[in-house]
Amino acid sequence: MCWELFKVFFRIGAFTIGGGLAMLPVIEREVVERKKWLTKEVFTDILAVTQTMPGVIAVNMAVAVGYKVRGTKGSLVSVLGAVCAPFFSILALAIFFQNFRDNPVVERIFMGMRPVVVALIAVPVITTMRSIGLTYATGLIALAATILIWLLGVSPVWVILVAGLGGYIWYRIETNRKRRRGL
Amino acid sequence: MIYLELFYTFFKIGLFCFGGGYAMLSLIQDEVVHHNGWLTMESFSDIVAVSQMTPGPIAINTATYVGYTASGGNVLGSIMATLALIIPSVVMMSIVIRAYKKFSQNKAFQGIFSGIRPVVAGLIAAAVLNMATPENFVDYRSYLLFSASFLAAYFYRVHPILLMVLGGFAGYLMY
Repeated sequence: MCWELFKVFFRIGAFTIGGGLAMLPVIEREVVERKKWLTKEVFTDILAVTQTMPGVIAVNMAVAVGYKVRGTKGSLVSVLGAVCAPFFSILALAIFFQNFRDNPVVERIFMGMRPVVVALIAVPVITTMRSIGLTYATGLIALAATILIWLLGVSPVWVILVAGLGGYIWYRIETNRKRRRGL
Repeated sequence: MIYLELFYTFFKIGLFCFGGGYAMLSLIQDEVVHHNGWLTMESFSDIVAVSQMTPGPIAINTATYVGYTASGGNVLGSIMATLALIIPSVVMMSIVIRAYKKFSQNKAFQGIFSGIRPVVAGLIAAAVLNMATPENFVDYRSYLLFSASFLAAYFYRVHPILLMVLGGFAGYLMY
């Protein structure tokens, strides 16, 4: 079973290109539909938890699914499987890239790719805002975070800590208000 | 000692990144480019570009790459950085998964995350603006490539890999 887990997560790590979020539907297909290790319901619950936890989402998913299937050993094996392919492919690239870096043809190719990459990251700014719902409050919070990090050079760590604390305080205020109304 | 610095830095990134992939970029930039100077913003962009076309999460790719280059070309650096990045995830998820039902319904936890969610958009926006440097945008052609690929990705959902290949090809022809 552990070998099976390793194989599945290795495949997920090796064949999902373009980051962690792209891996989620692939993980679901493998784990729920093909292997039937987890029910759709359990998978959805786990997914909700992994997305509120810090860290690489694909790794979080590997820990969670591995644990559900085969306990602690299962989660370690799954993480190892998921990390293997990205690790070795980038390592190989890092070793070879040193020799290619100053190649003028490679430099021209990268000159074309750099603005494209910035555009590809600009897209999720909008899609993220749309998925949480753009209101004055969320818009202002997002804008404040942008300015703090980009213009004022504040570490994102502080911004995240303050945002989490703010969210918690807001939750306490809301529950107190509901309690006072006798709900 | 470089290995400890790599471990400490990527442990911090693993501990404080919420919202996955793109949201981590500003944290990685802050630590790797601004704070430690292990990469220029230009080579950081190159790694993100390569990450779009190679398997695996961007954070793992960056950790492996930076671990190798910052340690002067040592595989041990890659291992340290990648391990440090995933240790917080593995430890915390291992604890949380034992009581995931409680966690998925825990209101206080949802409160914390509801504060972080709008910030995630800001984190990504800051990463974009940080990458809008003269090295990444050399002339008007860069702006043209940026606009065209933004429109293609947002409105026509053109696949990122295809856009990267087209961008690379355009760069080869134009420069």
